[in-house]
Amino acid sequence: MDIPYTSKPRPDTGIYNAKVGIWLFLASEVMLFGALFSAYILLRVGAPEGTWVHGMLNIPIGTFNTFVLITSSVTVVLGWAALQLGNFQKYKFYQAITILCALGFMGIKSFEYADKFKHYEVWLKNPVTVMHGDKEVQTNRVLGHIEYDGKHPYFWNTRTLREKGIEGFKFEADPYHYTLSPKELAHAKSVSKGKPHVVLDIKTADVERLSAFVPSHSTYFAVYFTLTALHGLHVLGGALVIFYIWGPGAKMWKSDPLRYTNRVEVSGLFWHFVDLVWIFLFPIIYLL
Amino acid sequence: MQATTHTAAHHGAHEAHHHEPSFLQKYVFSTDHKVIGIQYGLTSLGFLLFGFLLMLCMRWQIAHPGETIPVVGKLLGSILRNMDGSLMMPDGKMTYDVYNIFGAMHGTIMVFLAIVPLAFGAFGNYVTPLMIGAPDMAFPRLNMASYHVFLLGGIVMFASFFIPGSAAQSGWTSYSPLATTVTTHGQAYWLVGMVLLITSSLLGAVNFIATIIQLRAPGMTWMRLPFFVWAQFVTGFLLLLAFPPLEAAGIMQLMDNVFGTSFFLPTGLAVGGRIADASGGGSPLLWQHLFWFLAHPEVYVLILPGMGIVAEVIANNTRKSLWGYKSLVFSALAIGFISFIVWAHHMYLTGMGTKISAFFQTTTMIISIPSVIILTCLFISLWGGSIRFTTPMLFALAFLPMFGIGGLTGLPLGFAASDIHLHDTYYVIAHFHYVVAPGTIFALFAGIYYWFPKMTGRMMSEFWGKVHFIGSFIFMNVVFQPMFAQGMAGMIRRMADGGLNYSKISHPDAIGGLDKIYIDLHTVILWGAVGLAISQIPFIVNLFVSIKKGKKVTSDNPWEATTLDWQTPTPPPHGNFTKEPVAHRNPYDYSLPGAAKDFTPQNQP
Repeated sequence: MDIPYTSKPRPDTGIYNAKVGIWLFLASEVMLFGALFSAYILLRVGAPEGTWVHGMLNIPIGTFNTFVLITSSVTVVLGWAALQLGNFQKYKFYQAITILCALGFMGIKSFEYADKFKHYEVWLKNPVTVMHGDKEVQTNRVLGHIEYDGKHPYFWNTRTLREKGIEGFKFEADPYHYTLSPKELAHAKSVSKGKPHVVLDIKTADVERLSAFVPSHSTYFAVYFTLTALHGLHVLGGALVIFYIWGPGAKMWKSDPLRYTNRVEVSGLFWHFVDLVWIFLFPIIYLL
Repeated sequence: MQATTHTAAHHGAHEAHHHEPSFLQKYVFSTDHKVIGIQYGLTSLGFLLFGFLLMLCMRWQIAHPGETIPVVGKLLGSILRNMDGSLMMPDGKMTYDVYNIFGAMHGTIMVFLAIVPLAFGAFGNYVTPLMIGAPDMAFPRLNMASYHVFLLGGIVMFASFFIPGSAAQSGWTSYSPLATTVTTHGQAYWLVGMVLLITSSLLGAVNFIATIIQLRAPGMTWMRLPFFVWAQFVTGFLLLLAFPPLEAAGIMQLMDNVFGTSFFLPTGLAVGGRIADASGGGSPLLWQHLFWFLAHPEVYVLILPGMGIVAEVIANNTRKSLWGYKSLVFSALAIGFISFIVWAHHMYLTGMGTKISAFFQTTTMIISIPSVIILTCLFISLWGGSIRFTTPMLFALAFLPMFGIGGLTGLPLGFAASDIHLHDTYYVIAHFHYVVAPGTIFALFAGIYYWFPKMTGRMMSEFWGKVHFIGSFIFMNVVFQPMFAQGMAGMIRRMADGGLNYSKISHPDAIGGLDKIYIDLHTVILWGAVGLAISQIPFIVNLFVSIKKGKKVTSDNPWEATTLDWQTPTPPPHGNFTKEPVAHRNPYDYSLPGAAKDFTPQNQP
């Protein structure tokens, strides 16, 4: 006996096996991301005053990436629809765009990541004077970039300073801080555009804590990196499957077109889910 | 079609069409649900024994704190190493760290590597497709993958004993911040192992549910499914939807342990007298919520397949239909739904607030209703039956009062007020072990004795089966019954000296110190556990000897059962059925008036 309903729908349920499987799998994925989103809500609501980071991500790039993913969602449907009509060439074309969009998304994301890894916050023992927009302020917490030996290093933290025996470094201070309200933050960013940064000379002895914008910087960046990395893994996985079906697995179109079309449909369902996760991720992490 | 009509010649002709697969294809990379079921079964039985041996060492330590462990002490002493490479217990005396490691791993192994894979992976895989009349699972290769991922998870867990610092030691619940601040690497292995095990369960759950929805034979309507299949169906949904939040929590704890985040570390956390080098702002309570969101449904993952097995065995051995089939089915479904909203009854003492406690106390009382309905239906099913006291039936019968004790003693824990006294005492251990050990494990033994002839074509020895049963039944109770008394007297769990330090033996004048008798009960429990270990020897020998030397079955249906799993050749070939089965009737048509025999198979028109 062969396994029934591998490509033809079962009459009483109306769908074939793999489609049941993928919907069940997506249900579990909803629970996975649901738990992470719940954790985000709980941690954000319970965050102590002045510790929740906001306004540190590049919204135009994030928006562009959102459109890249939405485009791929459209092309994945167009490709499947083309296959349903028997137009294999058109399917190849649309699905190629899907794969390119996935790669584009990941490429942009990796630039965003790298940008964060050399952006620092330093907690000082004694306050210093920096600009917040057009105002001079005294503060213990400064954002900015480290300059050491003429380079902008990545991934430094308090322990790095100790272990490398660094006595001091130059710090290009940003003219804003995430503890400002969203309105003040936007104002500070706009008025200081194009103006030179204040450069501080910081002694290691004066550093309470130093951290790049990495997961251990704060709960916000922990959530940001965990969620976007997990989403990124889903994008990679989905793109890999779509690529396999599109490229090496395309022989099946000749031998079993119905099953092939189903494969495209199932991978497309997963792809839509991955996009949907991003549609939730983008506002809560970039905008709110 | 009568099952007995399949002759040996018939099988031979069928198999002749296939070329002989290699050993690897047949036993390691098999996509046949029956082979995968047996793989799951043997692996999980191995882990069951291993988890039990860990516990034996712990029981020795509790009864004889600081004395050299007999037999295995020296061996353990030469294996377990500290972070700096020195031996952890060179003289064979269990240290408190080793006790914590064994405790954490006993729980983890028993739940995730023994009972779930045995109940769901092994029986679910082997029996479900046969019962619904399917040739295999819906996704055979996914099935193989889920076993391999499970095995990998098991290997990671097992290997973690041998790394410097040894395995995880923060309890099977792995509460943060303890799990993050312990300096050994065992917890990271534990988390990676868990992520693998969860992935395996998810793949398995998707496969089971899709199989039951899609591959039911013609005529096998939902209300004609054997109760075992319903139990597996609900279990599948529990695994599918409850496990991902723990996976999320596991990922977050892994981030805490490896990348220094503070998901579960609160602001101002001090470790070893110093403020921890962490951003803070996390929530320890969040871990507990996410953990118990899985771990309570997990309780039903442990018990529902057991109930399914017991229902099959009881219907078969009473020679009558199950009483209240529909009640059983709807109760199982109700348990499935309600089990998602009871988790915080494990957390009454966390300070989450009385309003939330009141809610979870209410739902907890509600979920006991369907459990009682199931147990009652099974009890009433015995009424008026002509009971055959076979080995599987003895285990199934013992399941009923044992699970009853486990369930009823859970009620005082479900009430927030009485839980204040009982929380985290030996009473809790006794309660959930009554559910899982003499409960589920007895059901699983019943299942092994019951389906063994279908898997191998030979019977297991009835005599040694009964010896196994009597020994297990007596010693299970000797082990767990005293713990109720200890717990009610206030003995706290997880103490490496069994509470000696808080007793009147150590401090005669202590107010509220434990009386000597409760400490002495540890000795009773220890010898009960040893007796339990000895009682398993007949089973282990019986299991392996019967594969080659057991009495051959004379028909494909030696128990004269009605469900489709017995209407196949023995053992079932690849593809299971020689002819597509059609279900014509209810699953338990025993002793129909006017029928030729006292059982009418489901595929008989």
